[in-house]
Amino acid sequence: MKFSILVNEGPYTHQASDSAYRFTKAALDKGHEIFRVFFYHDGVNNGTRFTVPPQDDRNLQKLWSELSEKHNLDMVVCIAAAQRRGIMDENEAKRQGIDGNNIAPGFRISGLGQLIEAGIQADRLVSFGD
Amino acid sequence: MSEIKKFMYVNRRAPYGTIYALESLEVVLIGAAFEQDVSLAFFDDGVFQIAKNQDTKDVGMKNFSPTYKALGDYDVNKIYVEKESLEARGLTLDDLLDLKYEDEDEDWAEKDSIRVVSKKELADLMDEQDVIFSF
Amino acid sequence: MTILHTVNKSPFERNSLQSCIAHANEGSAVLLFEDGIYGALQSTEQSELVTAAMSSIKFYVLGPDLKARGISEDKIISGIKVIGYDGFVDLVTEHSNTQSWL
Repeated sequence: MKFSILVNEGPYTHQASDSAYRFTKAALDKGHEIFRVFFYHDGVNNGTRFTVPPQDDRNLQKLWSELSEKHNLDMVVCIAAAQRRGIMDENEAKRQGIDGNNIAPGFRISGLGQLIEAGIQADRLVSFGD
Repeated sequence: MSEIKKFMYVNRRAPYGTIYALESLEVVLIGAAFEQDVSLAFFDDGVFQIAKNQDTKDVGMKNFSPTYKALGDYDVNKIYVEKESLEARGLTLDDLLDLKYEDEDEDWAEKDSIRVVSKKELADLMDEQDVIFSF
Repeated sequence: MTILHTVNKSPFERNSLQSCIAHANEGSAVLLFEDGIYGALQSTEQSELVTAAMSSIKFYVLGPDLKARGISEDKIISGIKVIGYDGFVDLVTEHSNTQSWL
């Protein structure tokens, strides 16, 4: 089956990102396809490469980036939510006149239409949030 | 030919205390362009999102309640509000925004978008959906 | 079409489990995970609500979240099935839709 995953919360503060990650990994291990992982609300904070979590704990951003690379996942960070919360890629930073960018590897910034499309194209949409 | 899916947006939280009400509405507006079969459900504290007379001046936040009134123009006109949630909170239909749409099948007659439903009716509606967005 | 409902918040913190049960039709399933696993505990003020619902709804609880919180399986209501993330994936595919009660 084709899954779309919606992640509504950022890393660490809520378990949502962990649960979404583990679910996504389990689905892939079972041979299912992930159409898209969409990060909305504070979920966009999963997509910054500037986190330095403690060494003895999981690094959620790296886990997502590595999963994305291994399985060629489409991981989208909502542009409107990202703008509110300060997640930028190079293009966005230039457009907005911001002096830096922080998007993590494997993530791309795009519009809410990508979430609607994820709902339309997948067989199942599963949401993880608070 | 792509099939049309039934999308339901579930709103269970009060406005302003968290961003979910506002950002959920933003998805609805963008989603309207995709011409799916859209309905909105307001229950539990979500009924407070469409309360009248919201004045956010003194909290310094944007008052987004006028946007609900525009939903009719976006062809979003199935707005289900749960009766039990209203009653539990001491609200009636009169306390809610007057949300309308123009029915193109009836000579653009103005109609109410809000349909008050029971818990059971809402449960049945949820069972019919293809995609349920929870924020 | 039967729905899989997921509940990730403790019934002592929020009304999500209560609201979920009130809206879950007969034949649907409920998965308790994250802090929602506390809804699976025996001998609490919420146990009766869940036990009564079990006559028409199938309940599941995510094992990894039980273990993380130090809850042994013998402490959960009899009849609630403990599953892993792979079981979670299966539940999603087996039901026509998934509704997340946050």
